[in-house]
Amino acid sequence: MSSARPNYVTQTVPVWRRWAVLGLLGLGVVVVFGRAFQLQVLQRDFLVQEGDKRHIRTLVIPGHRGAIRDRRGEPLALSAPVEMIWAVPAALLESPQHVYAVAKLLGRNPKDLQDFLRNRKDRKFVYISDAISPAEAERVLSLKAPGVFSEAAYARYYPAGEVAGQVVGFCGRDGRGQEGLELAQEAALAGKAGARRVIRDRTGRVVEDNLESKDALSGKDLALTIDLRIQYLAYRELKAAVARNNARGGLVVVADSTTGEILAMASQPGFNPNNVEDRKGGGSRNRGITDGFEPGSTVKPLLVAQALELGVYQPTSHIDTTPGFFKVGALTVRDEHPQGDVDLKVLLSKSSNVGAAKIGLALGAESVWSGYQRFGFGEPIYSGFPGEASPVLRHYSEWGQIATATASYGYGLSLTAMHLVRAYAALANDGLMPQLRLLASAPQVPPQRAVSAVVASEMRELMEGVVQEGGTAQRAAIPGYRVAGKTGTIRKVADSGGYADKRHQSVFIGMLPAEHPRLVGLVMIDEPGAGDYYGGLVAAPVFSTVMQGAARLLRIPPGQMNLPTSPIAAPIPTRQTVALPIREPRT
Amino acid sequence: MRRFRELIEGRGGMLLPLALIFLVVISALAVVRTKHENRVLVNQLNGMRSEKERLNMEWAQLQLEEATLSHHARVEKNAREQLGMTEPHDYVVVSSKP
Repeated sequence: MSSARPNYVTQTVPVWRRWAVLGLLGLGVVVVFGRAFQLQVLQRDFLVQEGDKRHIRTLVIPGHRGAIRDRRGEPLALSAPVEMIWAVPAALLESPQHVYAVAKLLGRNPKDLQDFLRNRKDRKFVYISDAISPAEAERVLSLKAPGVFSEAAYARYYPAGEVAGQVVGFCGRDGRGQEGLELAQEAALAGKAGARRVIRDRTGRVVEDNLESKDALSGKDLALTIDLRIQYLAYRELKAAVARNNARGGLVVVADSTTGEILAMASQPGFNPNNVEDRKGGGSRNRGITDGFEPGSTVKPLLVAQALELGVYQPTSHIDTTPGFFKVGALTVRDEHPQGDVDLKVLLSKSSNVGAAKIGLALGAESVWSGYQRFGFGEPIYSGFPGEASPVLRHYSEWGQIATATASYGYGLSLTAMHLVRAYAALANDGLMPQLRLLASAPQVPPQRAVSAVVASEMRELMEGVVQEGGTAQRAAIPGYRVAGKTGTIRKVADSGGYADKRHQSVFIGMLPAEHPRLVGLVMIDEPGAGDYYGGLVAAPVFSTVMQGAARLLRIPPGQMNLPTSPIAAPIPTRQTVALPIREPRT
Repeated sequence: MRRFRELIEGRGGMLLPLALIFLVVISALAVVRTKHENRVLVNQLNGMRSEKERLNMEWAQLQLEEATLSHHARVEKNAREQLGMTEPHDYVVVSSKP
């Protein structure tokens, strides 16, 4: 086979040629590798960055703030999307008819808008609307006005408005809670925005998104123990009562005495959290939790309960309150209406200071103090609400005879409305004092025993006298139900020291149905200025309406039914429907 | 080893490279197709995400609207003024015939 091949004559090649070729190839390799090194190693960061800039986008995944709802799921605070219209002034000014149309849609004066844009002609970005609904923004954008754009944002809405304003609180412009539960529960409510890195093509479509990503964490929804129906009722009646009595303010608290859940908590003066201007005044204060006051006569049942518990007195005991005043050292305790020799029921129903002081002195400072302690007067409420006032109850070792006597009828100590509600819930709940709760998710703390069940039921029977004929608060009575309660007419501390003559707080606190209570309610009217100032005249009627409504809404059966047998002639409504529709709880 | 050598050097010497080239082309097309499908799905996913976001927004707005319309003050006003309803403050027996 090899013979078939042409026999080339081999010529010797000079050595330099071989080296030249190898050298050239080698150079080529060095250049290529060098360039590769430069791009891959030296300039890598820069090039990757430039590439990413053109294709990789970071998309923000919004983390929504949780809603606040009442116990039946009605929203009290919601985040909803809004749009903010912005414009490039120079571009928009070029077509005046568009300026006119945009101004009309935004409800602004066209001339004002034009001047507004002219003054900001050099800017590239200017907001021309407040937060508006996406539908409205759609309408503005559909004008296709040059240089008009829209930006999506979130705004916080409070559908219940003023009704639950102080409880819910509000968020600031940055979307963080500033007052009330919005502030207290900021950590749970706040959502955390996530991010997703994606590769986009030229037309903006996402073509790859399995790059790094961080999930958004939505805020948790917060369920309150508040029942918006009762809250509304309390708000409406309180507002009317404050106006009727020309008072400075007031508050209503309704709680479930068996579980300690707060069903309604309304304060006046109020404010509308949706209205930014409204937020600045004192209306945002939740007086039921943040304001302490001297409880006055409302502590008398607690004092009597302690006296019964210790066995110093019996429900049938008599106390001589003649002649209507009683000297303790330099202090003279007075009764407005001297009653002479009274039993405990009359003592409470007529609210005798002399009687209370005598019981207090008979028990002694330590027993009075420890009684109040057992009703939680030395303990915070643990409501978790910002600005909760601490109770002030000095130690009995600092009490003299005078302090013991005044403490017996509720002066010289300071409590919030919640403390009184909690203490009365103990009497309502057969001596077991529940911890009050505002959040449905709050852990249920086992109740503490304040007094024995026997004493608690004896106390309720004694307190029924307050709303019966001859009591101080007949107007707190609710037809069909047995109500037990106590009035308080507290003289406020004057600015100059001592007690003011004309400034009072009128209080009524009570429970229903008295034989087996489900609800405890407190009404306080601050400085009524229209003549009446007795708790039984000012606060008791509010208690009656609110609690009657609450009992109806919660379907608490009446204890004694005196049903009229024939149609009543006088107040026949114009139409047949007599009740407001009760909405079924959602399931 | 010998058979392999035969395969390459024998008559079917071009068959294996051709088959391999064919397979390479097929797999290249498959890669293109998968990539395309991936992009379509990613695009769909993205569309779904924005749809979800939009529906969430709508839900929030509907809740707000519902809350505004069913605000107790409004319901009460309508009930009292337009429908002539009252709250019974005691047990009232009303005859069923006007």
